Amino acid sequence: MKLEEYKGIYVFIEQREGIIQNVALELLGQARKLADELNDKVYAMLLGHQITDQAQSLIARGADEVIVVDAPELKEYTTEPYTQAICQIINERKPESLFIGATTLGRDLGPRVSARVGTGLTADCTKIEIGENGEMLMTRPAFGGNLMATIVCKNHRPQMGTVRPGVLFAMDADESRTGAIVNYEVKFNAAKFRVKLLETVKEDNNLIDITEARILVSGGRGIGNKEGFEAMDALANTLNAEVSASRAMVDAGYIGHDRQVGQTGKTVRPDLYFAFGISGAIQHVAGMEDSDLIIAVNKDKHAPIFQVADLGIVGDAKQIIKKLTERLEKQN
Amino acid sequence: MKIVVCIKQVPDTTEIKIDPITGTLIRDGVPSIMNPDDKSGLEMALQLKDEKGAHVTVITMGPPQADLILREAYAMGVDRAIHLTDRKFAGADTLATSHALAGALRKIDFDLLITGRQAIDGDTAQVGPQIAEHLDLPQVSYLEDLKFDGDKTFTMKRHIEDGYQMLEVEAPCVVTVLSSANTPRYMNVGGIVDAYQKEVEVWGFNEIEVDEKDLGLKGSPTSVHKAFARGLKPAGELYEVGTDEAVGIIIKKLKEKFILN
Ligand SMILES: Cc1cc2nc3c(=O)[nH]c(=O)nc-3n(C[C@H](O)[C@H](O)[C@H](O)COP(=O)(O)OP(=O)(O)OC[C@H]3O[C@@H](n4cnc5c(N)ncnc54)[C@H](O)[C@@H]3O)c2cc1C
Ligand SMILES: Cc1cc2nc3c(=O)[nH]c(=O)nc-3n(C[C@H](O)[C@H](O)[C@H](O)COP(=O)(O)OP(=O)(O)OC[C@H]3O[C@@H](n4cnc5c(N)ncnc54)[C@H](O)[C@@H]3O)c2cc1C
Repeated sequence: MKLEEYKGIYVFIEQREGIIQNVALELLGQARKLADELNDKVYAMLLGHQITDQAQSLIARGADEVIVVDAPELKEYTTEPYTQAICQIINERKPESLFIGATTLGRDLGPRVSARVGTGLTADCTKIEIGENGEMLMTRPAFGGNLMATIVCKNHRPQMGTVRPGVLFAMDADESRTGAIVNYEVKFNAAKFRVKLLETVKEDNNLIDITEARILVSGGRGIGNKEGFEAMDALANTLNAEVSASRAMVDAGYIGHDRQVGQTGKTVRPDLYFAFGISGAIQHVAGMEDSDLIIAVNKDKHAPIFQVADLGIVGDAKQIIKKLTERLEKQN
Repeated sequence: MKIVVCIKQVPDTTEIKIDPITGTLIRDGVPSIMNPDDKSGLEMALQLKDEKGAHVTVITMGPPQADLILREAYAMGVDRAIHLTDRKFAGADTLATSHALAGALRKIDFDLLITGRQAIDGDTAQVGPQIAEHLDLPQVSYLEDLKFDGDKTFTMKRHIEDGYQMLEVEAPCVVTVLSSANTPRYMNVGGIVDAYQKEVEVWGFNEIEVDEKDLGLKGSPTSVHKAFARGLKPAGELYEVGTDEAVGIIIKKLKEKFILN
């Protein structure tokens, strides 16, 4: 493998039902920064069916070139057609690095692609930097969030990484940016399509995604029960906030898994995160510690959540929620 | 039906603490367990054994002490256990790990290969799909449930962020299972004693079908450049006051940060 033949930062643009996912824009924003530093280019790989009209928007978000693969085989994600398309692009274009969102889709696709082309893949990165020799330094949590490890892929290309949603920044759309849009043809081997998608079922889809909320009112076991959540809903209403929770409350069935914050839930970074009756287990903290302002209420003054909170209140969460809601309702 | 389950021995990462002085992981006294997702996958296999008479093999790659989880699997009810161990496998990243396991799996006949979605130490969720690729088999990851039609076809439920997908796959295939999919059974008491009478097959490089250059450190494209314990940010203000005063403090903070006018 001649490393110098490999050029460009490639980003997989995840779309679902034709809607480009935020994580793809975050990756483009980061790729733009890295490319400017390396004097390199950003390539967006947009795969799907009848999605070509969205290519221009990716240039505004940082791409120099959009490689569009518009094919009926790619209408809905299944592993094999997407793997074939990405691998053909890799083999022909020889990317220096390639990033994919660490979603349930990206973490299915990434390892399959890396194994097919025989290169390294860093899992679930939360940070990408450039090393002394222009290599990608990809940092990720391991050991249940207790350890951070920076991974390199020295002698193989592309250097691949899946990147956690919600941790990198998208750039604002700049319509004055220019770039190329290329329609790319993939020769599919349909004999290898051995998984058939029967249906996709959505649950709880009428709520705002918690990763996009500016304010989150989050509750844990200390909130107690259904009434506790109703009180949090009322508080959230006064602040135009969304309600989220620790895994304990998700497991107890008070709220859906799409509202879970943490290592096995979502990573959030709101302007304000309220942690009511949440102890602050490392798996929870891993998903919210980068919030701009963290206010924690817990009756145990030794609760670990206070180590990440900007403002900590030792007290009864239920009473504080009630009083705070009353005061805010009066203000509005 | 023949099923193989990949199981990994891992430190119980919920018991790991960080030394506040040195900032390193304290691993002493942390128990080793069977990876939770793998145990859930094993339960899925054992249910297929109970219902359909499937034959269940477990395989692990790891140092000699990993024998323990194979004994545990015997006590839960598996039929065959294989321990892959060889110096040549050491220092592997996920790609090299998947090559070693795939090398062994080429020597075993199966209809369904089950792995955990993710190991709680390495936390990558990559080994399952990578094995599937090396063996040229279809994969379904993030599996919540599976039904076998009794002939050749599986119907599978795959978890996604905002719901789930139903998929149809033909055997042989690879699935990666979530720990939430099943509640694993306990070891049965007679089984625990018997588990130590049963044979664990120990396989090394010579027993498997793989290119040596794909193994261990040499076969690993990625490496850990540096590792550090997660830094703790300095603690903020902490108040232990009455409810009214506490609410006042919160509102003041929200105004200070322009969240409230
Ligand atoms: C592999 C793995 C992955 C995980 N992933 C996640 C994840 O993604 N997200 C997640 O959240 N967890 C996750 N967990 C679970 C995590 O370890 C904790 O068990 C969980 O976060 C605890 O939830 P909690 O803080 O609500 O409950 P607890 O730990 O039980 O804490 C309840 C807190 O409420 C306080 N309290 C009680 N009553 C009151 C009151 N009236 N007023 C104020 N405070 C009160 C208590 O002092 C206590 O601190 C994971 C665990 C594992 C092993
Ligand atoms: C801090 C740190 C960070 C790392 N980061 C990366 C990285 O980003 N990329 C990378 O390629 N490697 C990485 N590695 C190396 C990786 O952890 C090892 O290769 C490990 O052996 C397999 O990865 P995993 O634990 O993440 O397994 P996963 O891919 O999470 O495991 C999925 C499933 O595969 C099966 N499985 C995995 N290992 C075995 C085994 N030994 N025996 C039987 N079944 C098994 C199990 O069913 C398991 O549930 C890292 C290692 C460390 C210490």
